[in-house]
Parts: sequence; structure tokens; C-alpha cells
Amino acid sequence: MDAEADSMANPYVIYPATIVGKIREAEDINTYRLRFVDEQARRQFRFKAGQFNMVYLFGVGEVAISIVSDPDEPALLDHTIRAVGRITKAIADLRTGDVLGIRGPFGQGWPLEEARGRNMVIVTGGLGCAPVVGAIEYILRRRTQYGSVTILHGVKTPQDLLYRERFDAWRRFPDTEVLLTSDQPDKSWSYHIGVVTELFELVSIDPPKSIVLMCGPEIMMRLGVPILIRRGIPATAIYVSLERHMECGIGLCGHCQMGPYFLCKDGPVMRYDRVAQWLGRTGV
Amino acid sequence: MATRPTTQFGTERTGICIMSIASEMRGILPTANLQRLLDALSAKGYRIIGPTAHDGSVVWETVRSVSDLPIGWRDQQEPGRYRLEQTASQEVFGVVHGPQSLKPFVFAPREPLLQIERTKDGFAPRQMIPQLEKVAVIGARACDLAGLTVQDRIFLNDAYRDPYYAARREGLFVIAVNCVRALSTCFCASMETGPRAKTGFDLALTEVDDRLLIEAGSEAGFDLLSDLSLSPAPQKLLDEAATRVDACGHSQVRRLERSRLPQALYDAHEHPRWDDVAGCCLACTNCTMVCPTCFCHAAEETPDLDHQQTAHVRLWDSCFTQEHGYIHGKNIRPTIKDRYRMWLTHKLASWIDQFGMSGCVGCGRCITWCPVGIDLTEELSALLVPASRSSVTSQQVEGP
Repeated sequence: MDAEADSMANPYVIYPATIVGKIREAEDINTYRLRFVDEQARRQFRFKAGQFNMVYLFGVGEVAISIVSDPDEPALLDHTIRAVGRITKAIADLRTGDVLGIRGPFGQGWPLEEARGRNMVIVTGGLGCAPVVGAIEYILRRRTQYGSVTILHGVKTPQDLLYRERFDAWRRFPDTEVLLTSDQPDKSWSYHIGVVTELFELVSIDPPKSIVLMCGPEIMMRLGVPILIRRGIPATAIYVSLERHMECGIGLCGHCQMGPYFLCKDGPVMRYDRVAQWLGRTGV
Repeated sequence: MATRPTTQFGTERTGICIMSIASEMRGILPTANLQRLLDALSAKGYRIIGPTAHDGSVVWETVRSVSDLPIGWRDQQEPGRYRLEQTASQEVFGVVHGPQSLKPFVFAPREPLLQIERTKDGFAPRQMIPQLEKVAVIGARACDLAGLTVQDRIFLNDAYRDPYYAARREGLFVIAVNCVRALSTCFCASMETGPRAKTGFDLALTEVDDRLLIEAGSEAGFDLLSDLSLSPAPQKLLDEAATRVDACGHSQVRRLERSRLPQALYDAHEHPRWDDVAGCCLACTNCTMVCPTCFCHAAEETPDLDHQQTAHVRLWDSCFTQEHGYIHGKNIRPTIKDRYRMWLTHKLASWIDQFGMSGCVGCGRCITWCPVGIDLTEELSALLVPASRSSVTSQQVEGP
């Protein structure tokens, strides 16, 4: 029996990956650049934008984290991790040269290949929102392959605004609009005031040409999507990234269910019309 | 001529197929000679597991002799109640079932997935795929086989194949027992999963007074049957066995109204009945632990004290725990109402969308082992009545 082929068939096998870079994004958020120790794993690993890995720390456990780096450069994997729980707090103490584990990639990502030629409307809310950062970078690196790009981002307070430099950099791309808003601003805030859905009024959207990517609190999707639909964007052109507890990544452990879906396997990115009836249902 | 009837196997057999089983695929064994079957299994290298009376219930244990089986015992099951009673009979399979289904044999309650060792490069994982062990389980019921079919669908035939489950499943030889007595909690007939074992067994027994009708359901079962060289089953006994199993199905007092599922339960999401049941439910997880199909599990990391070795383990989990619906900063299902609704809606409705089959096989264990006797058939009946008419009693709703 070929031991190597056997291990590839076991979806639970974890592959060691060295931290080759650690970038501080905010006080409790870091981006880790990882490189597989095993050469074959490095060669074989392929992923799509919006997919995630189970990131493992020896003796501590695994946590589901989206891949934010470019799928055309799969030898290096970037994971932006916020220290919020037992495992992510332990990971926060690691340095370049330390080793994490990777199992993946899992899940359904953003429909970025299908969206070529379309206008991209990207709506995000809250802290971080790493899954959509990867998508924005993907689109802007292939800027000529897409129509207009509109990025709408809402935060509660100005302190919640991460990636300020990135927003500024994105704004400089041609035919790219970036609108920021805060609903609890202070005197330093020079952008819009209000919740992110209010920004819809301020931008021109060409419904039949547009694809919407959304990432953030479910309430934002629940309130925001109907406004977009009223403006003529079909529910089938709206994609949302959803969040549930994921422990296995392969649709078996049961934690990430939302209605009939396992978000680790059927998501985390879901076309809105498929999940509309489940969003906002208590306890689903 | 004992030609190997291989064409009979590998497809789901219907009742009609069973009627046409070649005579060499079944035979009669006097119950007094049951030890011959156990010996034949041992001779083929199987460890035999069967029901044994233990601390007031029946649990699976290794059995070597027929006397290890609960001869003369019967179980009485009601919502929240399980009792074993000694009878004067010499029935070997008088106990229908205990809290365990076949699930623990294939989806282990605690399964070490990886043993991981610290190395100079970081770490090296070793896969802990179980060694193939030939295990023969005697006494599985039709509902247990149906549960196994559901678990096979999830662990072997979904997007990913689980190699741990697969290894345990491969060595499993199942000797089913067709039920001739229904418990008050049974409703397999309404789920069309029993009381007759239809598929997924190697051998099936029907206990008729002091004789056992034995039928083969697989090639391995046929081989074993051939070794026993049993006397052929007279038609009269076949008829009597069929009559008793049919009568068992007809005697069931509970049924699950599944014709409008899954949608009817999705539509009942805001039904006030959920509050009523949540007022009783203790969120103890018993229903999920005894369920033959529940598959939720959690990962656990257990490092050695010196932190040079760590075990990556999966454990049965339950959607009734506080942690199950937790994501950083919030709990998707903070209340018992949320969790009971999640469990029942998943079991009876979204399971159908996920796997093309119900998550319920009608074994009734969740009713018996619920400490407060919550009955899912009764809950579903109440939930299917529009909220404005919820004062109607469940009996009226069930109809004739």
C-alpha cells in the first residue's frame, strides 16, 4: 500500500507548515504567511479564493480560517487570524519560524472566475472580514478582467476600521470606488456617517451587470439584501459569506449547519437565494 | 446444488425478493443448538458481540456461550422508562433492544484520529486507522440496520469518505433478529424500516417458539449458513415466522406522520409547541447519545504532560450542549428551545435534504431514554397542527 496515497485519502491528516512571515494588522489581528514543510504538499496544494483551511497548533487544536492570499500562488498561504478564542490566542504568541498545521482546502469560495467581466459590488461590515479582503485583492490584481469595482465598508466606531492603508490603496485603482461609513463616529472620522446599507443610495449600480459579494454580520445581509433586490439585482447575483462553528471542515461534525446546509462544505460562500429563508431565523 | 446465489446480493432486497430466496439460503436451527452458530462464527475468526443483561438493561458485550445471552428476559419500554423482566420462557431474543444501536461499532464514541509527535521540523502525524477486526454482532434489529444504512450514507458516501468508520465497518458481520414483539415506543412500521430486516444483514434470525429460522443476506452469511448444514425450513414455519413479524408491525401503537416532511417542519419554525417542549427538555443529550443515526462530533486535543506527543481525537457531541452552536462572541442556539428545535428539525426534516433519507429510523430509543419522556412522534403531531389550532390534542390529530 502506498502510504502517501493513503494519507492523501484521509481528510483528517494535518500537514506541518512553517510561519515564514507575520504581519500585524491590528492589536489582536495578525496575518501569517505559511509554507508547507513537506515538498509534495507544497506542490499539490491548490485552492480557490474564499476557501478555508483548518489551521492547527500542536497540542492545542484546530480552527477554521479563510485563505486570503492569491490562489495563483498556492505555495504560500496567508491566513489573517484574530485572537478571540483558546486556539487563536495561543497562535497569536507564535513567531516567524514556528510551525502550524494545515488541513484543507475546504468549502466553496467566491464565484470570481464566473464573475469575470461583471461589475463587482463588495459590501462588508464589522471587524476584519478577512474572507472578502482576499477576494478584493484577487479582483484588483486582475483589474482589467472585471468591470467597475465598488467597495462599501461599514464599521461601528472609527477604531474598528482595519486595513485603512489597504482601503486607500484600493481606492487608487481605476474605476474603483471605496466608501467607508461609521454609525458611531467621533470627530476624527472624515468618511460617511450611518450604517453600510445607507451607502447603497450613494453609488450607481447597474443591476444586470453586477455581482454582489457580502461579508459581515447576518443582520447586515438580512437588511441589506432586500434593498439591493429592490434596486433590481437578482438574488442569484448576490453571494454571502456565512459563519458558523466549523470543527471538521468536511461536513461531518454537524456544528456548522444552517437549515439543510453544512456551511463548511456547501459554504461558507452561499448564493443568497439558497439561504434567504434561513437567514435571520432564530436558532438556525 | 449449492450454487452461490451472488446475484441476490448487492442490491436492496424487497419483501418480494425474500419470498423468492432459494431454499439453500435459509434453514432451521433448534434454539437449543444456537451454540453451533456461535461456534461457527468463532471458527471463522469473529469476535462475537451480543446483548447481555447488565445493571438493569441490555448492553452489547462479547459473548462466548449462548448462556451469556439474556435468555428468558424481556424489556418493557415506555416514555422515560426501561425495565427488564424475567419470564418463564426460554426465548433467547426476547429483549428488543437496549440503549445502544450498532452505531458505537462503526462510529466510535471516542476515536483517536492522529497521534502527533513533535519533531525538529515541527511535528509528524501518525494516522490511527483502526486495525481490521472481524466482529459479529448478533441480535441487531431492523431499526439498527436502518440506522447503519443512514450512517453509511453519511460517513462513506458523502463528499468525503471517513477512513476510520470504513475500517470498522469492513470487519462487521451482522446477524439481525426480526422482531416478533413491538415495544410501546416502537414505530419502525411507520418509518418503513422494520420490523423485518430487509437489507444490510449477513444473517437474519426469526425466533419461532423453540426454533430459529436463519436466512442469509450476504455472501459471507451464505458461507456461514452452508457450514452449519441446517435442515430446510418447512413452508409452515416460514408462514408462521412471516405472520408473527407482520403482526409485530401491526401491533405498534406509535407512528410518525412523515408525509409532509421536510417542508411542514420548516414551516412550523415559530410554532408555540417548541416553547412547551422546551419547558420539559433538560438538554441532557440522552436522545442524541442513544440515537442510531446522530453523527455530531467534536475534536479534542490531549497532549502528554511533556508536550512531545499529542492525540487528536474525535468524540461524540450533541446539539443539545451549550457549546454546539457557539461561534466567537455569540451562541447561535442559546436556549433549550433553539436546541430541541434544531435536533427535531434536523432529524426529521433537513436530514432529508442533506442525505436523501430521514434521520429517524423509528427505534423509539429517544423516547425511552429521555428522562422526562418526551416523545418525538407526539411532538411532531402537535407541530403539524397550525398554531391557531394547537389546542387540539395529539390523539385527534393522529386520526385512525
